Parts: sequence; C-alpha cells; structure tokens
Amino acid sequence: MILLEYFLNFVIIVLLFLGIFFFFTATLGLLRFPDFYCKLQATGKGDTLGAILILLGVVVYILKEDFSFATFLVTLKILFIIFFIFHANPTATHAITKAGLDSGIIPLTKEDLKK
Amino acid sequence: MSRRVVTFIILFTLWCIFSGMFDAFHLSLGVISCLIVTLISGDLIFKNKKVTAEHVREGINFIKYIPWLLYQILLANIHLAYLVLHPKMPIEPSVIQYKSKLKKDISKVVFANSIILTPGTITMDITENNEFIVHCISQKVADDLYTGEMEERVAHVFNEDIKRSE
Amino acid sequence: METFFILTIVFLGLMVILCLYRAVFGPTVMDRIVAVGVIGTKTTIILVLLGIYYKRIEMFVDISLAYALLNFITTLAAAKFFRVRRSIFPGVKFLKDRRQTNDSA
Repeated sequence: MILLEYFLNFVIIVLLFLGIFFFFTATLGLLRFPDFYCKLQATGKGDTLGAILILLGVVVYILKEDFSFATFLVTLKILFIIFFIFHANPTATHAITKAGLDSGIIPLTKEDLKK
Repeated sequence: MSRRVVTFIILFTLWCIFSGMFDAFHLSLGVISCLIVTLISGDLIFKNKKVTAEHVREGINFIKYIPWLLYQILLANIHLAYLVLHPKMPIEPSVIQYKSKLKKDISKVVFANSIILTPGTITMDITENNEFIVHCISQKVADDLYTGEMEERVAHVFNEDIKRSE
Repeated sequence: METFFILTIVFLGLMVILCLYRAVFGPTVMDRIVAVGVIGTKTTIILVLLGIYYKRIEMFVDISLAYALLNFITTLAAAKFFRVRRSIFPGVKFLKDRRQTNDSA
C-alpha cells in the first residue's frame, strides 16, 4: 500500500513537472519567435499539452487523497475542463490566425529570415 | 431517437455533474431549465432530425482517434521544445496549400484542429474550394502533412470515402 | 506533496509575468491577444491548484470552469473585432492612408 502511494506520488510529480516544462517552452516561444504566426505555433501546442498534463496530475492527487462520490464528481468536472481546453485552444488559435491574416499581417518566409 | 430527446439527456447529465446535489428540489430545477433550453435551441447540437446508430459509431471512432492525436501532440511539443531551446532557432517558415477531399463540415473542423495540434503546422484558412492554407515552421513538417496519413484517419472516423474522386 | 503544488503555482505565476511582457510591449495588436489568451489558460490551471492549497477544490473547480469558458469567448470576440479594425486607434491610420492617397492624387 505504501509502495502504491509512493508510485502515485511519483506519477503526480512527473505529470506536474512535464506540464510546467511544456508551459515554459510555450512561454519562451511566445517571447523568442520572430513572427506572429510562429508565436501561435508555440502557444497553440504548448498550452494544450501543459494544461492537460497538470490537470491530470490534479485528478490523480484528488483520487489518491480521498476516493468517494464527491471527489468523483470533482474529477468529472476537471475532466470536462480538460475536454473543453482540448477543443477550445486550437479553435481559438485558428480564430486568431484567421484574424491576423485578414487584418494584413504578412507571414515571414525563409528569405526574410536570412537577411 | 429524436434529436431533442438526446439533447435533453446530454444537458441533464451535465446538470447532474455540475450541481452535485441530488435532492428533489435541485433535480426538479434541473429538469425545468433543461426543458426550456431544449425547447428553444434543441436543434443546435445535431444537424439531422433523428439520432441514429451512425452518430454513435462516429463517436466511438472519434474516441479511438484521440490516443493517436495525443501521441502526435506529445511529438509536436518535443519538436517545439527543441526549436525553442536551440540557441539559433532553426526555423524556415513557409505557407503551403493543401487540397483536401473531405466533404462534411464536422470532418473539416476536426481535420483543421488536428493540423493545429500536430508538429509544426497551423491552419490559417479554409477556402471555399476546400483548400487548407497551412503555415509550416519547416520544410520537413510540410512533407509529413503531404503524406496524407491524418486525412485518411479523419475520413475513417467520419466514414467518408476520400479515394473516390481520384 | 502540498509544497510541490505551491511550487507549481509560483512557476506558473512567473510565466504569467513573462507573458505580460508580450501583452504590454507586443508589436501588433494580435500579439497582445495571443498573450492574453495564454495568460487566461495559465490562470485556469492556477485556480484549480489554489483549490488544492485551500482544500476547497469543489468550489474552485467551478470558478476555473467559468474562467475557461470566459477566456475562450474573450479570445474569439477580440479576434473577430480586430479582424475588421486593424488597431485600437483606427482613425489615425485611416487618416494617414487618406492623406497619402490625396498626396499621390
């Protein structure tokens, strides 16, 4: 039983750490990339996976602490947040990209970067 | 089953999850509000009048599609981490056009969202004659997109025949 | 274990500050919208983690859910708005354009 608890703690820590890492790469990409569309590449992917991983870690933690019907409902709510972020984040990214395209932001190309 | 009945069931399940109280007062409130919403806008979730076995099969296929997509997201993030943490940032952005053969609206949506979540590509626009304008961060990911593996998977989920036109 | 969650909150807060740089000094309006959307996603996560810290997770999850929905709608509305109008001060740009066209004519 103790072994199981250690294992679950390990899983939670790994999930949280990976989530922080991917959030960090998304943020760094937002700061470093030269172009508006490249920045969107970073945020659209990194945020989705980071949020999913951290929320999964929270789900494991809640179920480990206290396994009852009330916590099961909370888990379902968190799973709904994961589902929603999984669908809403790419959609929002696409909406911003299309808005940028329509408002006349020209994407950088290979030749622009060489100059 | 009629689409309004299915909408009511979905809404009431969500009510039960979100409210978390199962006494008579709260459940009756839930029934009343779900009925009002179903009467006003019961035609938003499903396009057809009847919900058939086809919808259920599409749902099950979509759930089977998600693990592959999650694996692709993981690959995308590792690729992104490599690009961001590399001191010189080896990116060569380009914009390509991808002619798709998907017909249904829902499959186009799923395909566009999947393009955003897979390595190095984001959908910029979908034109009227079914061309996806895709922003690629390097030449390699563009070649990956042109192999058409993801399009085949999406077509399989929504039961479309994409090889017919050629 | 609780310490680890607090550390996660602190790191996410630091990243919010990094994103604020882009939101304040972003070259175009679209960059700012992206930065605000990213901050919103991070805030959703921070709210859930705060629920664990205060041991009131069932309350904070509801707030976090509402925040996620609002964040999505904010991004969509802002994107739709600036798709037509290119900047917060459209009059300035359009005036400049008109003056240039008058000069050339």
